Amino acid sequence: MSLAADAPNPAPTASAARRCWMGILARASRAEIASLLQAAPPLPAHRRLRGPETGLVMARGRQGGDGAPFNLGELTVTRCSITLDDGTVGHAYVAGRDAGQAEIAAVLDAALQDPGRQASLLAAVIEPLAAAQAARAARDAARAAATRVQFFTMATMR
Amino acid sequence: MTGTLTAGFGEPVLDAQRCFRAVLDAMSRPGRVQRLAGLSPPLAPPAPLGAAAAAVLLTLSDADTPVWLDAGAAAEAWLRFHAGAPIVAAPAEAAFLLASGPPPALRDLAQGTDEEPHRSATLILEVAALEEGDGWRLTGPGIEHAHWLRVTGLPEGFAAAWQGNRARFPCGIDLLLCAGDRLAALPRTTALEIG
Amino acid sequence: MAYVAVKGGEAAIDAAHAWLAEERRGDPALPELTVEQIGQQLGLAVDRVMAEGACHDRGLAALAIKQARGDLIEAAFLLRAYRTTLPRFAGSEPLDTGAMRIRRRISATYKDLPGGQVLGPTFDYTHRLLDFALAAAGEPPPPAPQAAAEAASMPRVTGILAQEGLMQAEAASDAPPPDLTREPLAFPAERPLRLQALARGDEGFLLALGYSTQRGYGNAHPFVGEIRMGEVAVEITPPELGFAIEIGDLTVTECQMVNQFAGSKTEPPQFTRGYGLVFGHAERKAMAMALVDRALRGAELGEEADAPAQSQEFVLYHCDNVEATGFVEHLKLPHYVDFQSELEKIRQLRATALREAAE
Repeated sequence: MSLAADAPNPAPTASAARRCWMGILARASRAEIASLLQAAPPLPAHRRLRGPETGLVMARGRQGGDGAPFNLGELTVTRCSITLDDGTVGHAYVAGRDAGQAEIAAVLDAALQDPGRQASLLAAVIEPLAAAQAARAARDAARAAATRVQFFTMATMR
Repeated sequence: MTGTLTAGFGEPVLDAQRCFRAVLDAMSRPGRVQRLAGLSPPLAPPAPLGAAAAAVLLTLSDADTPVWLDAGAAAEAWLRFHAGAPIVAAPAEAAFLLASGPPPALRDLAQGTDEEPHRSATLILEVAALEEGDGWRLTGPGIEHAHWLRVTGLPEGFAAAWQGNRARFPCGIDLLLCAGDRLAALPRTTALEIG
Repeated sequence: MAYVAVKGGEAAIDAAHAWLAEERRGDPALPELTVEQIGQQLGLAVDRVMAEGACHDRGLAALAIKQARGDLIEAAFLLRAYRTTLPRFAGSEPLDTGAMRIRRRISATYKDLPGGQVLGPTFDYTHRLLDFALAAAGEPPPPAPQAAAEAASMPRVTGILAQEGLMQAEAASDAPPPDLTREPLAFPAERPLRLQALARGDEGFLLALGYSTQRGYGNAHPFVGEIRMGEVAVEITPPELGFAIEIGDLTVTECQMVNQFAGSKTEPPQFTRGYGLVFGHAERKAMAMALVDRALRGAELGEEADAPAQSQEFVLYHCDNVEATGFVEHLKLPHYVDFQSELEKIRQLRATALREAAE
């Protein structure tokens, strides 16, 4: 995942960057985020607007993989929305039931929208999380690759 | 998005339970005025939503209940954000309606069917004031002899429209009247005489 | 049917629950199972409970298994009951299984397909010999080998057939799907509704039905076009944001079952698909679901459709194990009044029959 957005105008770029860090925070545990925050500049004070609260998202599939949508089943999701003193609103929706993860992700979402804080928070929190997630994915991909069948055809089987 | 969103219930479960109790009491004792007190902190919905009307919407509506309201974009965004309710443009499609101005005609709202009369709309009407003791004389289920309710700020011709609504029983809409943090109800079974 | 209000038995029930708790714990000299251990070491049981409970949450499913003493249907029931306490925030964007991070992907129709045959963590080539080494706690196994992963994409097999025009296309649609958890089942049920019911249906029931289509109860000539298992991202578009965000990953298993179709007045002979998609690593369930999905399409494809697996009402009314459990197990409830009337009726009939025999 790249933090740089390639969209031409500023509004989609901002939302693409935001989409990216929200996705990374959603996959990070509260403990991982908290330990990285120890080395980051302190987060601003916030007030809760909504939540943190746990609910459900209905996951959908497509019939045949690419046809009309159908409801596969639900997953638990925790969301939180907060506001900073300057009025910036941060949102988080994270799979699972960890209210602490959702709240800290919402605060980070708000703080990351502040140009003055963005670079240092990306470097201290988001990029290390992204690297850890990419490493986990790469390890699974490498183990899968080791189970890929290398066929060799025997002469008698012609 | 900055600035425009304000908080919903401070204690979503407890506040919704308190409000639900008030609505239940109002519906089961038509014409008795309930006060929505003790929310922590008090609800501060976007204007022109009143505290009681906003609390009722937060309590009763959710993603499965289409809502129609005439309270403007800020109120719509607030409700969508906190209750997750879909906002509809056609009054007939709504399960709950909030009118802070002149309401749509009662006969144009979802009336339910003879098989499923509960699938009718509930109209939440913001009025200027609600006082017990004089005004309309109310009778019907939930009222031992008669209740008296004075409602200030109702649209012209409301009493006649309510007679029409009663005539559609078991179908027909239910009405919640809200003024500030006060609310009273007229279920579809309540008869109204102008006192 | 009539039930009689019965009072009493509270002390007996309390004592039964206390005994149940003790049985659940087993010998207290042994260490207690943790929910994390169940999640990690009985992962496929957790997957099954999430699929049949229709609620993806590993921690809750593991807890349900612990509480249910390993009774997986009871555990799915607990999970279904819990989910009713939660509000629904949103529906997701449809999962893009084409973009799955693959852990397993096999095809029985093409040996050499782009991306290759990836076995993943499978039981398939084990010898089904009990491994007594597992009976003694030992060292963790050595790490699995790793190999350089190609960045090559893994196109779906159905796409390969579609390029030749040999695969019936799915109609593109973004219509909001019907939802069993909101509206009761009604017939005829559209395919999206059927797939929802099958995805949460009982694995054993679907397995038996799928098997029946192979044995002649239904007109099936299936091939596993592809099975893939791995992680897919879940996306939602919260209205307050106005753009889609990822909220996490799900492990799912997908099966594309390729079936011959002789053609009809409006369609040329081609292949059609049966489709299976299930939470977790659940290959048997995904395959059974795909077989039954295809069987249920028989009528709309103009095929003769009189086998059990081809009957919508038979399959959809009976595939849910929580519903089935409820109705079967309700027979345990007091039917004292019902049965009293049966007794009297039988006594009368018997008396009449004996009298007539004597005459």
